[in-house]
Formats: sequence, C-alpha cells, structure tokens
Amino acid sequence: MSNIEKIENFAKNLRITILDMALEAGASSSHFGGALSMVEIISTLFAYKMKHKKIISDEFNKRDRFILSKGHACLAYYAALHEIGLIPRDLLKTFEKNNSSLAGHPVKNKEIGIEFSNGSLGMGLSIGIGLAISAKKKQSNFKTYVILGDGECNEGSVWEAAMSAPKFKLNNLNVVIDRNNFQQTGSNNEIMDLGNLKNKWKNFGWEAEELDGHDIKKLVNYFDKNKNNSQPKVLIANTVKGKGFSFSENNNTWHHSVMTKNIYEKAIKEINRPNGN
Amino acid sequence: MEINEKNIKLWSSIGPRATLGLGILDLAQKDENILVVTCDVSTSAGLDRFRKTLPDQYIELGIAEQNMIGVATGLASESYDVITTTFAPFQTMRCCEQIKVNLGYMEEKLTMVGLASGLVLGNLGFTHCCIEDLGVLRSIPNIKIISPADSLETIKAVEASIKEKKSCYIRLTGGSNNPIIYNQNYNFEIGKSVTLKKGTEITIFGSGTILSECIKAAELLDKSGLSTSVINMHTIKPIDEFAIQNACKKSRLLISVEEHNIIGGLGSAISDNLSKIKNSPVLLKFGINDEYTKSGSYDYLKTYYGLNHQKILETTLKFIKKNND
Repeated sequence: MSNIEKIENFAKNLRITILDMALEAGASSSHFGGALSMVEIISTLFAYKMKHKKIISDEFNKRDRFILSKGHACLAYYAALHEIGLIPRDLLKTFEKNNSSLAGHPVKNKEIGIEFSNGSLGMGLSIGIGLAISAKKKQSNFKTYVILGDGECNEGSVWEAAMSAPKFKLNNLNVVIDRNNFQQTGSNNEIMDLGNLKNKWKNFGWEAEELDGHDIKKLVNYFDKNKNNSQPKVLIANTVKGKGFSFSENNNTWHHSVMTKNIYEKAIKEINRPNGN
Repeated sequence: MEINEKNIKLWSSIGPRATLGLGILDLAQKDENILVVTCDVSTSAGLDRFRKTLPDQYIELGIAEQNMIGVATGLASESYDVITTTFAPFQTMRCCEQIKVNLGYMEEKLTMVGLASGLVLGNLGFTHCCIEDLGVLRSIPNIKIISPADSLETIKAVEASIKEKKSCYIRLTGGSNNPIIYNQNYNFEIGKSVTLKKGTEITIFGSGTILSECIKAAELLDKSGLSTSVINMHTIKPIDEFAIQNACKKSRLLISVEEHNIIGGLGSAISDNLSKIKNSPVLLKFGINDEYTKSGSYDYLKTYYGLNHQKILETTLKFIKKNND
C-alpha cells in the first residue's frame, strides 16, 4: 500500500469512528463539523508524518509533540489515537459519559497519548512554543505540531503567541490552521472577518503557505518539503466544515449536534459509496 | 546566598523585588534546569543581572502575559523548573484562565511571582495595585499561595516553591526599606505558619509586609493589657488549619490583617475554617473594604484603609469595648 493509500484508509477509518462516537454521545451532542474538516490533516500527521513513541520506551522523549488547540474537535483526535493503538475501542464508547477519560474536550492523559488539556481556545500555540524552545535548548530533533481553528484565531492570545515564535527561530514548530470558514454561530465573515490569514501570519514573521486541506497528496508534499530557513511554519489548510457527508458539509448546524440512528445509517452508506457512486 | 545579619540588612534595604532577582540568580547559577520567563520586567523584578549573566536561562516574551503562562507551561512539561514573573495584576488576572487550565486543571508546575502586590504602587493607581490576586487564585485547585513577610522569607519561598510539586504563586508586598521580620535564619515550610510573638488573649494573623504593623499593634495591645500573639500566615493556601484551631483554643479574639480586599484573601481563608470550629471566637478582619480609591503613597493608602499599627490598635479597642458593653 502506498503512503497516500495508507493515509486515505486512515482517514476513512477516522470518519467511521467519528460517526460511531457521535452516535454513542447521543443526546449530549458532539462537535461534529470541526472534527470532520481536519480529518485529512490529522491523518497525514498521525499515519505518516509524526514519530510516535510508547510512553514506556526510552525513546519517548524523541516523539513528535502534538497539540489540538481547537480542542472541541476531539472526535477526530480520539479517533486518530485509537487508530495508532493508544485508545482502545471500549474506551471510545465512554465518550462524554459520566466519569469518562474522554470528555467533550481533551483532558491530559499521557497513557492514551493526550499530552495537554484543551478546550478553552487560543491556548495551545503558546504551549507549543514552549515545547519547541525546549527542543532547541536540548538540541532534540522532535517537531511540534499544533492545529488551530480559524474561529480560534479571534482570540488575542493566538496573536501574542504568533508574535513570539519567530523571535526564537522555531523552525521546528508547525502550525496548521483548519480554515473551514465557520465558527460556532455563523461564518467567519459574519462573526469576525479574518481577512487574509496567510498574509497576516507572514507579516508576523512566519513561513506561511495555503493549500487544500483535504488533498492528502498536497499535504504529504507540504510536510515533506525540505525547509531550511529559521522561521516557524504555518499552513492555512482550506477545508470544508462537516467534510465527508452530504448532510453536514458546509452546514453549520453540525458544529455541535445530535447524531441519530437514521442519520448514522445514511452516513455509513455514504462512506462506503464515496463520490456518490 | 549566605543568611547572615549583613545580608538580611542589605536585602531589607533593597526590598523583596531586588532580593528576588539576587535569589533567583543564585539558584539558577547552581542549576541550569531553572528558567525565568518574563514580560518586559527585568528591571522591576531585579533581574537585570540575571538577564546579562544567564541569557540562556532567561526567556523574554514582551508584554504578553497569556503567552507567558502558555510558553512556560510547555517548558515545564519538558521538565524545566520555570519561574514566571511580572507585576501582580498581570501575573494573576491577565492570564487567569491560562493559570486555571494549564496549572490548575492540567497540573503542570510553575513558580509564579507577582511583583509589588497590595498597595505599594499606590501612586500609580489601582491598575497597578493588586488587592484581588489571592481571591482569584484561591478559587483555582492545585495552586499553593505564599505571601512572604520580608526579603529573607521571599528567598525561602522561592527555594521552597521550586522544590514543591504543585504550582506556587508568590505574592510580593512592600518596597525598598522593607521592614525586617526575621533577623536570623529560621525554618520555612509551605503551609506551616510561624508564631512571631506569643500572647494569651488575642491572636493576630497576618501575611506579607503588613506583619511589621501587626507586631507593633500587638505590642501596643499588650500595653493596653491585652496580651496578643502574632502569627505569620505566609501560606494562604493551603492554610495552616492547625494554627487556626490552636488560636481558637487560646484566644478570645482573632484578627486578620492583609493588604488585600477583605473578600477572598487571608481573612476569608481563616473564616472558611472557623465555620467548622464549634464556638470559635470572633474574627475581626482588617483589609481593603471592597472598594477602590484615589491614588496615593503606600503609607497614605495603608492609613486610609486602617492598616497601620495605630489604626489596628484603635479599631481593635473600639471593637472590644463595643462588644463588652
């Protein structure tokens, strides 16, 4: 199987797991749309790009670091951690249930690969900068990957962090912005127009690129590119909120909604018959 | 740093902030795992020498406190011993939610130092005074809160906080020519109060620089025939419950004195415990009576809020007379 096929397969499994968990959550709802928009991004990272290490191994310190700053999209994160063998299927079924380790936003739990708690927006990038500075200080080769939401970029703290990373020449820091053009109660344009994100980050001193965040080939090429300069990297990944299902694509009611058995069955059929065939 | 009479006098004259800088430099020179993360306050925190001497252990993030706590958290999660510092309002409230999530909820470990808390910057107005930090941080689980009595205790608090497993907030009060509470070495332990003066009828609990006023007030109360003890409650959280229970057994009146809003600080922390003790004595709280006022000097504001020794004496005697009538 080629790398691309491997990632595609990983992404497909993620969508199925996301559906399963959303159904499991039932009436307590789940953040569906923003998880689906980042499926290809997190699949490329987890199935291909990032080095994972078992917590018990001596090599643990060499693992790449990952922060899901848009913590509400944890469905995709939990599904990816399941896919790499860190979250067992039984645990997935406890999602958003009483006394579960899998809350509606990630809670730090190194045993299952969750290194930081997130959910309050605008906090993850600063932590990632701390990790990247630490790698430089210790001359360690690990990379730090942070996924931000586009709505999340409304938070001032994102820009405090954006301002600081170039100062420390953090070319070991990779940010991906899941640019799905929606936030909780409307489109970015309606709620708070973000303008040209790529130029904004560029002007803050980042190496900024923009591409289709569902195109796995382009994502692989981007992450594989040899980057020798000293700047931190940001990728504006243009995505579709709710990607993968006809009922949820660009439909912001699926920002946070209830998965019913009926919709679930329809969705499973769509996964098995991609491109409407 | 040698603890001797000469140094204690020097540290008192330069005040807790400059002493903090000396103390952190000394610790960091011996241990390269210690990092300082700040927001454009090297001069105010006495860290100019640190910045020049140990540039690799000094991380300057500019005037951006939310980012400061986040970056420090990332470093702490990679096993560094991280000290963050800036002026108390910005160290605690500007980045309060980062403190809640990263240190409280996630339990990453930092030592935070709030500079010039209380009323010492009164001339600059209440943006720079800090009468809310204790109340704000006491409500967040997993954070220990220390308010050192003088410059020597500042050094001891920083040392203890670095060794401590949970995050700590060290609240610095007072300025240069900071009154000496401890003129010789003593045993400092987080969570364990220190009796500064023994008495039989009244117990005054204080923390921070204001303890010098408490001691003077206690001496005056002694002269009025009311034997008064003074306890340095340097740790506000976890509060020394044993000391409170003990004071309840011995005293007929308890007093708390603090450079903080009367709501949420030391007095409140003591009240929270008194409510569990049967037939406990009354607690008379001295602090800022839930109000802001116009700017003024440190001494002016302490007098305005009734926090100097003369006012503490007068208010206490008045209170006792009223309750005896």
